[in-house]
Amino acid sequence: MAVSKHVISLLLENESGALSRVAGLFSMRGYNIESLTVAPTNDPTLSRTTLVTSGDDRTIEQITKQLNKLVDVVRLVDLTETSHVAYELMMIKVRAAGPQREEVKRLADIYKGKVVDVTESTFIIELTGNSEKLDSFVKTVGDEQILEVVRSGATGIARGERGLKV
Amino acid sequence: MELSGGEIIIRSLQDEGVEYVFGYPGGAVLHIYDAIFRQQQVQHILVRHEQGATHMADGYARATGKPGVVLVTSGPGATNAITGIATAHLDSIPMVIITGQVTSKFIGTDAFQEVDAIGCTRPCVKHNFMVKNVEEIATVIKKAFYVATTGRPGPVVVDIPKDFTAPNVKIPYEYPKDISMRSYAPVSGGHVGQVRKAVELLAQAKQPMIYSGGGVLMSESHEELRQLVRELGYPITNTLMGLGAYPATDKQFIGMLGMHGTYEANMAMHNCDVLLAVGVRFDDRVTGEIEHFCPNAKIIHVDIDPTSIAKNVDVDVPIVGDLKVVLKRMLELLAEDSRRANPEDIAAWWQQIEEWRGIKSLAYEYSDEVIKPQYVVQKLCEVTNGDAYVTSDVGQHQMWAAQYYDFNEPRRWINSGGLGTMGFGLPAALGVKLAFPDADVACVTGEASIQMCLQELSTAMQYGLPVKIVNLNNRYLGMVRQWQEFQYEGRYSNSYVDALPDFVKLAESYNHVGMIIEKPADVEGALREAFSMKDKLVFLDFQTDDSENVYPMIEAGKGHHQMRLHPKTGALN
Repeated sequence: MAVSKHVISLLLENESGALSRVAGLFSMRGYNIESLTVAPTNDPTLSRTTLVTSGDDRTIEQITKQLNKLVDVVRLVDLTETSHVAYELMMIKVRAAGPQREEVKRLADIYKGKVVDVTESTFIIELTGNSEKLDSFVKTVGDEQILEVVRSGATGIARGERGLKV
Repeated sequence: MELSGGEIIIRSLQDEGVEYVFGYPGGAVLHIYDAIFRQQQVQHILVRHEQGATHMADGYARATGKPGVVLVTSGPGATNAITGIATAHLDSIPMVIITGQVTSKFIGTDAFQEVDAIGCTRPCVKHNFMVKNVEEIATVIKKAFYVATTGRPGPVVVDIPKDFTAPNVKIPYEYPKDISMRSYAPVSGGHVGQVRKAVELLAQAKQPMIYSGGGVLMSESHEELRQLVRELGYPITNTLMGLGAYPATDKQFIGMLGMHGTYEANMAMHNCDVLLAVGVRFDDRVTGEIEHFCPNAKIIHVDIDPTSIAKNVDVDVPIVGDLKVVLKRMLELLAEDSRRANPEDIAAWWQQIEEWRGIKSLAYEYSDEVIKPQYVVQKLCEVTNGDAYVTSDVGQHQMWAAQYYDFNEPRRWINSGGLGTMGFGLPAALGVKLAFPDADVACVTGEASIQMCLQELSTAMQYGLPVKIVNLNNRYLGMVRQWQEFQYEGRYSNSYVDALPDFVKLAESYNHVGMIIEKPADVEGALREAFSMKDKLVFLDFQTDDSENVYPMIEAGKGHHQMRLHPKTGALN
């Protein structure tokens, strides 16, 4: 069966140990985990998690079932199955000295990135978008120029009225 | 009424209707033990090792259907309990395990007897709770019992720091009557349309097969299953965990399936065209090589746990639901609609199964000289009228007990099927005996397994628990030896148990009765004598054939249709 990428969104009880149950499940059962983001929601008793994983259909079905089975998981949706938005935040520190400064700035503009910190020799550029766009920016800037990359991992939400609610 | 945390724990157990707590005291649980001392309702059984406590609670739970309760201290108390917790987890046994924890302000400081019990047990529990204050103790205990006993049951750990149990803080006590958790909602009935589809499929079968497992026992739905099987007239096989759900002596029962199942059960699985799988999880010991599994069958799978469905095997009609509700619905649908499979097809199918049954795959060579282990189990079944609670350890003796004891009722066969925990049998038997003091309780074991929790002979002495230990002593780790014979050209690496104790003297040193039996002619008499001693634990040390193997067998990589039969009796046919 073909392996595909899935973005799974979870509402978790905002309790100590809940996140480790999710992470533990992936290592225990040998599932892939590409990224995982978690933070409290407007309801402080709940955390919202976005998890990016990949696998064939049977594996993804098992992943969603196993996640649902965890007592701390309140609700779950595989966003990949619906129309959704999934964005990632990246902050990238690049060399920017002399003639490079203009070049880097121009690249950032093309990608709709923002320069959020400037020193004599570096820029920090903030970039939001889907993961492919961020990958593309990293590739374009090139390893030579990059000092540090920090990425949040994808966070996702379904379009329209549908959503994860208690 | 104001109570301390320690008192609240015990009072909550009382309000849950708990009869026995199996445990072992230590620093972090001393306040709780003090609360135990000052009441009568909950009886504490002092074990000799925390692993024994978990297996006793487990045996009690398997025999009664009620949750088993364990109380251990922090650190080594908790880690010693883990084998038993994992054993219960793999077999879906409801248990609540209370572990003491170091005082809350010391958590994370590597304090004396500190271990992260929540982290250590996470992969082998249904759920676990860390208590964060005195006020939530009663609610957490209520939740623990609720989670442990509903849906697919399992063990739940409650970790309680010592300071929350201290006598100086007293708060009003009230045990919650009901509990609901927004993140946990066990399913009940199955999808109505799917159930109808299943019944229609069953009615069109030419070569049907029913395969049921431990879920039937857990959900107490054996009566519904029996009705369904009789109504349809189809053959049924039980898994190792499901023995007793359908009477072993009934003609429609074609034996256990899987690695050491009968030839007829495995051949019927391989050749069936419709398979009804009920309360099972398509374990690798059951399916054999998955590529060969039921190649021509449409599969209906009913289970309460959605993760069991389509995990190892693709199914055509998945039904997630409480088996009792689903099976009842199936019976109703069958009553409404008289369409059935063609009787000629079913008769032809039975004729084929009878031919396979005629192979007599469980035949063995009886000997006048040396005791055959299968013979001991057969005689045990006769002497106890097939009505004993039989616990076992893990290995050849476990398979022989499953193959040769006819379990006609549920919850009589108690073994560690999933985890395969040696040392399970004796403590489990003690837990059963506490629940059913008047019943015959036998622990079928081997000289290797029994030594893994042998210390519980002392617990049996303290509480007067007269179980019968049927030790099939072949001086080998028999199952290991068998695999070494088949797969490692007889290189018996570390499978010989040297330096065995004198089990008779050992039993006597605990004021139990010990017997050594060396001749086949003495087997039945010894068993009768042992079971006539109603108030004595009897250790029957049967000196059995050291080269006997468990047959038939599906070896690694083989399918149901590729069984290895007994070299002599199998070849006769």
